[in-house]
Amino acid sequence: MAYPTDRKYTKEHEWIQTSGTSATVGITDYAQESLGDIVFVEVPKVGVELTAGKTFGTVESVKAVSDLYAPASGTVTEVNGDLASSPEKVNKDPHGSWMVKITLKNPKDLDALLSAADYEKFVAEESGH
Amino acid sequence: MKRMTRKATRHVNQNEGLIFEKSSAGKAAWKLPPLDVPEVDTAALLGVAERKDLGSMPEVSEIEIIRHFTRLSTWNYAIDLGMYPLGSCTMKYNPRVNEHVARVEGIANGHPYQPEKISQGALHILKTLSECLLEITGMDAITLQPAAGAHGEMTGLLMVRAYHHSKGNARKKILIPDSAHGTNPATAAMVNYAVENLKSDSRGMVDIAALEAQMSEDVAALMLTNPNTLGVFEQDIHKIADILHAKGGLLYMDGANMNALVGKARPGDFGVDVMHLNLHKTFSTPHGGGGPGSGPVAIKKALEPFLPRPVVVTKPDGTLGFDYDRPQSVGRVRAFYGNFGMFVRALAYIQANGPDGLRRTTEDAVLNANYIRKGLEGTYDLPYATPTMHEVVFSDKVQAKKGVRTMDIAKRLIDYGFHPYTTAFPLIVPGAMMIEPTESESKEEMDLFIEAMKSIADEVEEDPQTVLDAPHSTRVSRLDETAAARKPVLRWKPTA
Repeated sequence: MAYPTDRKYTKEHEWIQTSGTSATVGITDYAQESLGDIVFVEVPKVGVELTAGKTFGTVESVKAVSDLYAPASGTVTEVNGDLASSPEKVNKDPHGSWMVKITLKNPKDLDALLSAADYEKFVAEESGH
Repeated sequence: MKRMTRKATRHVNQNEGLIFEKSSAGKAAWKLPPLDVPEVDTAALLGVAERKDLGSMPEVSEIEIIRHFTRLSTWNYAIDLGMYPLGSCTMKYNPRVNEHVARVEGIANGHPYQPEKISQGALHILKTLSECLLEITGMDAITLQPAAGAHGEMTGLLMVRAYHHSKGNARKKILIPDSAHGTNPATAAMVNYAVENLKSDSRGMVDIAALEAQMSEDVAALMLTNPNTLGVFEQDIHKIADILHAKGGLLYMDGANMNALVGKARPGDFGVDVMHLNLHKTFSTPHGGGGPGSGPVAIKKALEPFLPRPVVVTKPDGTLGFDYDRPQSVGRVRAFYGNFGMFVRALAYIQANGPDGLRRTTEDAVLNANYIRKGLEGTYDLPYATPTMHEVVFSDKVQAKKGVRTMDIAKRLIDYGFHPYTTAFPLIVPGAMMIEPTESESKEEMDLFIEAMKSIADEVEEDPQTVLDAPHSTRVSRLDETAAARKPVLRWKPTA
């Protein structure tokens, strides 16, 4: 799968797409593929402060519950309420099914993240094929 | 299915509805004798709380009840039917002598409200079991109260917290390796600690450099399972303990895998400060169907003031009793003194085996797991080459190329007459297949298991669809676990 080049990626398999100082966060195709069928997505409420690298929610699949890690620091401005009733959307369209929107505290946080090409390389190494 | 198993065949499996569906008004399995005491006016006594009818209680006859539950029981799989290789769960045989002892009249009919002076036998059981567990673990003091492993973890961390608090700083973080049981981070969060993940190295062990970098005076404890969930013994355990202790942190050991250590190595000797045991794993008390479980917590001297109260003590007159006067205690964590029936069974197991017998069970558990490892090496991918102890973790890497995953192979095992192994855990192994035979299995049963696993691997090559559609021999075929989780139906409703 080709990873969209309009955003950045974390080694914990989140993506973040920015527009000015606001950003949208979700999980990657590799993440949904390794999790399997997602049955529950738990995200923070609007107004909660996220810290880069720290957990901010969980994704539950039939196999396991996994933490979501914030790609950047910021304040939650919107959450994707759709995912509460239709978590399968993350499996179907991981790069279109965002989880939270945040106002970035420090846009420079993104400099430390991976480009689409680097992420693809990272995933290939991690999965060993 | 050219090489189908020698263990399982199909047998008649009766369909059975819910007991509510059998109900018809007025049917009953009981008949009361005539009233020989004055009738009371329940409406006057209870007012609005008086119940006028039985609500939706099923009304069925005695034989219908018996058939209902007998039929349901035939759908079950149990250790009494065959191998239960559920890795990390230590589903060992529950010896009948345990049950015999637990049913001895004086023990079975004891009541926690009996005065201490006529409960000396029961108190003696608590004390003797405590002493045995302390000798096995090399720890200094113990509470038997917690009702399960995760409950033990929580009790242990409450003591860790109270210990640090008494020193003026409760600290903020708990370190947990990425191979840990999911209950460890959940416990730390319940006790209000932040969880920090610790990476494993290429051997599947704690990465010492990462631990050194992450250890600080904000870290209350490291929660470690040893041997870890890959079945690998943490060889640097002394170094790990030293790194923690140097900064005032404590080493918590999850005792889920004690079945690999009993009689061989003692956590108290390798630097552990707090640990829980699972009597329903290592010490052969019932595990399935709710057990109930039992998760004693053993500690070093420094944590003793914080033990849950009451604590069993020998009084000045030589009799046993409960000590409630423990001002620094984290409090009671369980009604009375825990799941007493399990203490009786665990003590029966320990005493029936004796020290040499327990050491032998450990050796056999490790030998059995390695027999299976050797038997399946080459058929299934072994992600970590490090020697393993009482369990072995394979991955579905080879079979995944044909689109068959660990869950499919596990489902197919049911057709061969075995309970599935543990799937998709530990999380550090993608497509994990975690197998723990325990010491209970004979070579013959393990040979059947290895043969079944090899046969499934052949099927994956020749006819993967058979495996993908498994199980075939059960009452119902593959259940849609995803739909059950996404759209759960939580209660039965009568059809109008």
